[in-house]
Amino acid sequence: MAVHDYIRQRFFPHMWCPGCGHGIVLNALLHAVDGMGLDKKDLVMVSGIGCSARISGYVDFHSLHTLHGRALAFATGLKLSKPELRVIVPMGDGDALAIGGNHFIHAARRNIDLTAIVMNNRIYGMTGGQFSPLSGPGILATTAPYRNIDSDFDVVELARAAGASFVARTTTYHVHEAIDLLTRAIAHKGFSVVEILSQCPTYFGRKNKLGEAAEMLVQYRTTTARLGSRRLAEHPGLIARGVFVETQRPEYCESYDQVMARAMAEAQR
Amino acid sequence: MQKRIRFVQGNEACVEGALYAGVSFYAGYPITPSTEIAELLSERLPARGGKFIQMEDEIASMCAIVGASLTGRKVMTATSGPGFSLKQEAIGYACMAEIPCVIVNVQRGGPSTGNPTHVGQGDVNQARWGTHGDHNIIALTASNHQDVFAVTVDAFNLAETYRTPVILLFDEVIGHMRERLVLPEPGELELVERLHTSVPKDVDYHPYLPREDGRLPMSDFGGEHRYNVTGLYHDMWGFPTSSPKIVNGLLRHLMDKIDNRVHEITRCKEHYMDGAEYVLVAYGASARSAIHLARSRRRRGEPIGVIELQTLWPFPAHLVREKCRAAKAVLVVEMNMGQVLHQVRAAVAEPERVFLVNRFDGMLITPTNIQQIIRVIQGRGM
Repeated sequence: MAVHDYIRQRFFPHMWCPGCGHGIVLNALLHAVDGMGLDKKDLVMVSGIGCSARISGYVDFHSLHTLHGRALAFATGLKLSKPELRVIVPMGDGDALAIGGNHFIHAARRNIDLTAIVMNNRIYGMTGGQFSPLSGPGILATTAPYRNIDSDFDVVELARAAGASFVARTTTYHVHEAIDLLTRAIAHKGFSVVEILSQCPTYFGRKNKLGEAAEMLVQYRTTTARLGSRRLAEHPGLIARGVFVETQRPEYCESYDQVMARAMAEAQR
Repeated sequence: MQKRIRFVQGNEACVEGALYAGVSFYAGYPITPSTEIAELLSERLPARGGKFIQMEDEIASMCAIVGASLTGRKVMTATSGPGFSLKQEAIGYACMAEIPCVIVNVQRGGPSTGNPTHVGQGDVNQARWGTHGDHNIIALTASNHQDVFAVTVDAFNLAETYRTPVILLFDEVIGHMRERLVLPEPGELELVERLHTSVPKDVDYHPYLPREDGRLPMSDFGGEHRYNVTGLYHDMWGFPTSSPKIVNGLLRHLMDKIDNRVHEITRCKEHYMDGAEYVLVAYGASARSAIHLARSRRRRGEPIGVIELQTLWPFPAHLVREKCRAAKAVLVVEMNMGQVLHQVRAAVAEPERVFLVNRFDGMLITPTNIQQIIRVIQGRGM
């Protein structure tokens, strides 16, 4: 099946700004799904609110565009109700880790079989460029005109500590790597997190004088390095990319199947 | 066949009603005085193949049942005041996206953390207007456990019929009091199942194009039809739009689907209403005291009757107006600062004859409390 068979062409053109990285994430995701040969009828995309969240409307899956920060909570109910569905949850950085932070750590703790994609552009784009919990100190934003003093989360460390059983990071520059990581995340049984650094030239880039979209993409090449690479060993200040966690532990819906089996056995006694 | 008779708390009667109606998914968070509902369903649901999940908070619980409802299940959550406040965001989502679900609020004293282990009825207006923006809602209540069972079944039926959240507004006294419950036999009460679309596979399905009767046949997530669901104003495919024509049409649809059926949705019970000159309008635990008073005063020949509301929203104004027409005085009995009072005053021809009998100190309003106000109205002193 060609990639365009996975989109709803009726709803294009999309609403993202020129140069936005989110379209690259969509592209990588569709290639991952296509490569896996998944049936659209088994795929659900659940998103929250923000620029990132609009991704769910463009894919020809079952799509649920929910509330700001709550995508994982809706997705948890949907997945537990019908575990045979594959549920992909793309979120923005503010969406996933500010207002949605509690749902994020608890979905990871349960190890419920969802694929969370954090489309991290380090800014609230839809509301016009306010700092997010992933902006980091020193950043300029419309609510940090004297530079941001808020520390940022490391999504990978947070997901690992909370119990996610697959955790990876890549960028919109590294599209083939993104396709590979998304494929592995979707195939993984358990809660998987893929952080994809995604450029926002309109607000984050312009405010912080990082140049146009193409220049921001090049920065993803120069400021990151593959996990285990010599480059990363020589320059430990670079942002690491790759798979950080890949473990097997009991998946929530499968554990619940055992609860049902125990309850039914007791009811018959 | 011998009737199955149980001696249960109101919360348990609610659970029995929900199971009878076919609930198969529950998400919740512990909160007094509704917790027994979660505890009981954590035991009962898995034994019958249903799903129970204790979520990280009240917000997530409400979101989870909406997600589960989209896969075709009958879903429920239960809470009390503070949790009801937190659920409002996703209740609004369910109104907008038209997702059937049932929310139980076993009311306690508010505002804020308030009086957690004591009774209150202060969430009546919140049930109607708790979530932002114009919207419509159905809220039901009951004063005894047989009715708790029945209105719980009704709540699921109405949620499926109108594709809307339905709120069960009980209170601490009803939730925790124990009394007799006769379990209806299967088939004894009518059950409404979800209306599914008959549009075949590969034919364009319009999830948000109402039929002539206003109903929207659904397609389960995971089924043949893939469509979008959103809390934004949306077109017939469920895709976001801000087209003034579509925004206007959708909000009218959301209001009309319930407003146009008020006569079918709403109901109340009458107690000792023959020739009643003093009409007590009451609901939930307050109705128990009102009925008790009317029964004892009738024995002395005093013409006191009770209209017991079972539907709080949409407010049954036509029923209240009709039944209070001949009353010398109408007394609204409730455990708050006067919430249903305003609805009754708006409904009747002579609002100056409507009085409030209330109590909001966490104690159950008593027949004596009501009798004292009647005496004052009659000019007989306290």
